[in-house]
Amino acid sequence: MPRYQTILLAVLVLASVGMGAALWHMRERAHQQMLQGQDAAPTQAPAVAADAQATLVVAYDDDNSLREQAHSLPLPAEDGARARAILDKLLEIYAEPDAAHPVAGGTGAVKQVFLLPDPGSGSESGSQLAVVNLAGTFVASHPSGLETETLTVLSICRTIHANLPRVAEVRFLVDGEPRPSLAGHADLTRTYLVSDAIQTTNDVQN
Amino acid sequence: MATFYLFRTLRHNPKPYRSLAWQLALLCAAFPLAAQTPSSTPPAPSAPVLPVPSVARFVVVLDAAHGGDDTGGKLNDNQDEKAVDLAFAVRLRSLLAARGIQVITIREEDRTLSPADRAGIANRANAQACISLHAAESGYGVHIFTSSLPPSQSSARFTAWKTAQSASVTRSLTLAGVLNSALTQAGINVTLSRTTLPGIDSMTCPAVAIELAPERDSSHKIVSEPDSADYQSRIAQTIAAALLQWKTTEGKTEASQP
Repeated sequence: MPRYQTILLAVLVLASVGMGAALWHMRERAHQQMLQGQDAAPTQAPAVAADAQATLVVAYDDDNSLREQAHSLPLPAEDGARARAILDKLLEIYAEPDAAHPVAGGTGAVKQVFLLPDPGSGSESGSQLAVVNLAGTFVASHPSGLETETLTVLSICRTIHANLPRVAEVRFLVDGEPRPSLAGHADLTRTYLVSDAIQTTNDVQN
Repeated sequence: MATFYLFRTLRHNPKPYRSLAWQLALLCAAFPLAAQTPSSTPPAPSAPVLPVPSVARFVVVLDAAHGGDDTGGKLNDNQDEKAVDLAFAVRLRSLLAARGIQVITIREEDRTLSPADRAGIANRANAQACISLHAAESGYGVHIFTSSLPPSQSSARFTAWKTAQSASVTRSLTLAGVLNSALTQAGINVTLSRTTLPGIDSMTCPAVAIELAPERDSSHKIVSEPDSADYQSRIAQTIAAALLQWKTTEGKTEASQP
């Protein structure tokens, strides 16, 4: 094969590989933009909803305590969306600069809350299992540590129960998938019994 | 006596060899029996035998959390938690060994261990205290955690792996109380809590997780970081003293048991 043909072939091959790489890069960028667009979708409770009283069980790192706070916020009527709006407010408080339990993330940290009949109890009891789907970005930015992770999990469990008393158990997902721990410590594979969470808090505060 | 019987047989029997084999076999069989037969001489009077007090075996298991692929959290200067946990464990091990306490360390180098591996090592050690060591950049002072499992009084031979700690939760809470008292008396800010940790929940020994958080002043400003050698030494010395006290407590408990 003449030398000019070899060079031409090599140039064509290189151009093909380069165009393939450019196409792959553009595809990934478009995918990321689409995901960011989804993240930027409104996650707040609709402002047209009437304000209602919600009880937030807020964590405090300095004395390792959980304290109830009453807040008035617009809440949807549907229980799952209501739980999500309340948890969003709770995690917004943690994202504030001078928070007593600082956790970055805030708005959009809770993707969904699903309420299911509690499989562990009889249908007549009416108790529910809440499945909280956390955003991966929130979990990735959560500080690592036994105390801080335990307080976050307990405050979520107790806040749901304070506003939806039929919820007896809570499970966690991250971006729709099971995950071993929140940030290396708090176990997210287990089902949290709300009664245990309350008992644990009482043990700590007594 | 047996020899006399053999000679008598030889003298009265003209063809003794057939029965001689039987005689020898009987003699061999009778010898061990004779060795076990109590002597006819009365035993000399001796002093009443007192039960010998067994030397109490006191073992502490130290578990430097994380390791290998599991780096744990990030501390100041982007330092991995696993390295701080290991340094703290080594420091505490030396202090305990100097006080004559037998120490088993679950991790002495940077390697990955599952919670089940850790619990397995701790359970085989049959220890009187199992301590999982952590460090964090959030919070204040020292955080002591025990399992959130409810205590069980079951005396079953086998227990469920994931809830094995429930039989020891009461002792774990007592151990946490001893550590809390010692650290508080040393002027260290302590918080007690309960949590779910897969490794701790599968341990059958009295188990606590100790998390070393920054030491802060009254205006919440950090005075000592968890990776400070001086701070770690101070905490480790207090924990070592508390474990000596726990050794006494455990010894009394064992002595009171029938």
